[in-house]
Amino acid sequence: MSILRDTRLMFVRNMRHTLRSPVFVFVSMFQPLMYLLFFMPLLNGLGGVPGLPSGKTVDVFIPGLLVLQALFGTAFVGFSLIDDIRTGVIERFLVTPVKRASILLGRVLRDALVLLIQCSLITLVAIPFGLSVNPGGFLLSLLLYALIGVSMASISYGFALVYKIEDPLAPTLNTITLPVSLLSGIILPLALAPLWLQDLAKVNPFSYAVYATRDLFAGSFQSVQIVEGFGVIGVLAVLVFLWGLRMLEEMAS
Amino acid sequence: MSGDLVIETKGLRKIFISKEKGGKKEVEAVGGIDLAVRKGQIFGFLGPNGAGKSTTQKMLSTLLKPTGGEARVLGYDLAEQQEQIRRNVGCVSQTGGADLASTGMENLVLQAQLYGLDAATAKRYAAEFVERFQMSSFIERPAESYSGGQKRRLDVALGMIHHPKLLLLDEPTTGLDPQSRAYLWQEIRKLKDEGITIFLTTQYMDEADKLCDTISIIDNGTIMVTGTPGELKGHVGGDAIVFSFLSDEAARNAETLLKENFQLEGIHTRENSVHLTIRDGERMMPDLLRLLDSKGLSAQSVTLSRPSLDDVFLKYTGRSLREDERTN
Repeated sequence: MSILRDTRLMFVRNMRHTLRSPVFVFVSMFQPLMYLLFFMPLLNGLGGVPGLPSGKTVDVFIPGLLVLQALFGTAFVGFSLIDDIRTGVIERFLVTPVKRASILLGRVLRDALVLLIQCSLITLVAIPFGLSVNPGGFLLSLLLYALIGVSMASISYGFALVYKIEDPLAPTLNTITLPVSLLSGIILPLALAPLWLQDLAKVNPFSYAVYATRDLFAGSFQSVQIVEGFGVIGVLAVLVFLWGLRMLEEMAS
Repeated sequence: MSGDLVIETKGLRKIFISKEKGGKKEVEAVGGIDLAVRKGQIFGFLGPNGAGKSTTQKMLSTLLKPTGGEARVLGYDLAEQQEQIRRNVGCVSQTGGADLASTGMENLVLQAQLYGLDAATAKRYAAEFVERFQMSSFIERPAESYSGGQKRRLDVALGMIHHPKLLLLDEPTTGLDPQSRAYLWQEIRKLKDEGITIFLTTQYMDEADKLCDTISIIDNGTIMVTGTPGELKGHVGGDAIVFSFLSDEAARNAETLLKENFQLEGIHTRENSVHLTIRDGERMMPDLLRLLDSKGLSAQSVTLSRPSLDDVFLKYTGRSLREDERTN
């Protein structure tokens, strides 16, 4: 049995669950929309400080805001897995010949698709606010957002498989998402930060994604930051997915 | 290995590492068991909660990696040929594992597809089990709306959907109402009639007694005894008598008295009742009662019964299975 077929079966199963209550796709867009409406105007007044060009702050802010959505929109998907563990669904899958990787892939691909719908909608909403975006750069950005989503979802599922109960999961995920989002220069540019903070941001993989997608939105395809962004996030996505897969294989023991 | 054996284990063992204060501790859940399950029989694995029944079942279904020992399932090596075992064994866990947000039908079709069947065949197989287990009135509803009995039927259908040769059932009737229980027993017997081998764990004596061809009693991860229900009951060697007294103290005094004066196979007291096993119970009863009366220990009620599996359990573990059920 091929891994593609198994992954498709699992993806369809998970997508069916999402479509059963589609309102949640929009509920988790609430946070970025709030930033767009109630925070971005504040940022407009800051235009001209280091790292933030005067006038078109929206062009710098939106790519980062979508990284934020990619982080927080997928960070808590592990809760749905705990539900499946508790009801014995995962154990039932594990004693069938289905490929282990497909059980996890079917989930993270669903999460990535939901995320891409959210990112596209947020971008559309931002256009009346003056956003100008290179269409090709935007499509490439979506791929990077999807990779961030796959990474965060894998981390979330990995911890869900380690804990198997809800209580410790939310604090763990918050402990990860908060520092990586603060250290990405999404809300305010890192150029404003003291040197030690800038150095710290360099070990945060997601800061590379912010720089990369800003250049992609602007259409600056020559930028080395784009390559760095894809490289760093691509490697991260593979590593944390494999970690999640190991946790799945070891779940029962 | 003999071609007749569907499950064969040698020293199958599972140790869990549990984290506790002051470091890690090893807990032996299954302590090196030997099993031999013959083709076409209902094999009962009987024991209280925490005895190691589910752990054994999870090892046989490839879910848990054994710590030691070896096993062959349907002739396949458990350590080397997990893929073949998964393909040919059906498994119903204690929790069941139906996806509650989906309909029963969606559950069945996906399950069949996970065994490699194409969509059309999967639907055909699903429909076959809907009819067989009489599920058509609820199968299109989300499984979260099912009653306990309906959900169990779906669980068993999920384990059976690919027509396995061996079915592992982990406490299939726990928590079911008597009617659903009887229905499930009947279905399990039908499966046996079709030539499917069934490995069934249970904590119910009556279930093991009525349903199983061979029973192994497991306690604290060790098999205490194996045999047919008849053989096991024969081991007890006597009839079971229960005397009830007005007070716990009277019961304790009666126990002492009876021990001193009769050749008993076993005796123990719980609260105000004395349980004893004695050969030729019917004939001994008048003597027993006379002795008790003569010391002013009049029994309030007396029951005499032919040995049950509960007595077998008592004999081999020193505890009553019902006692365990109660404390749990």
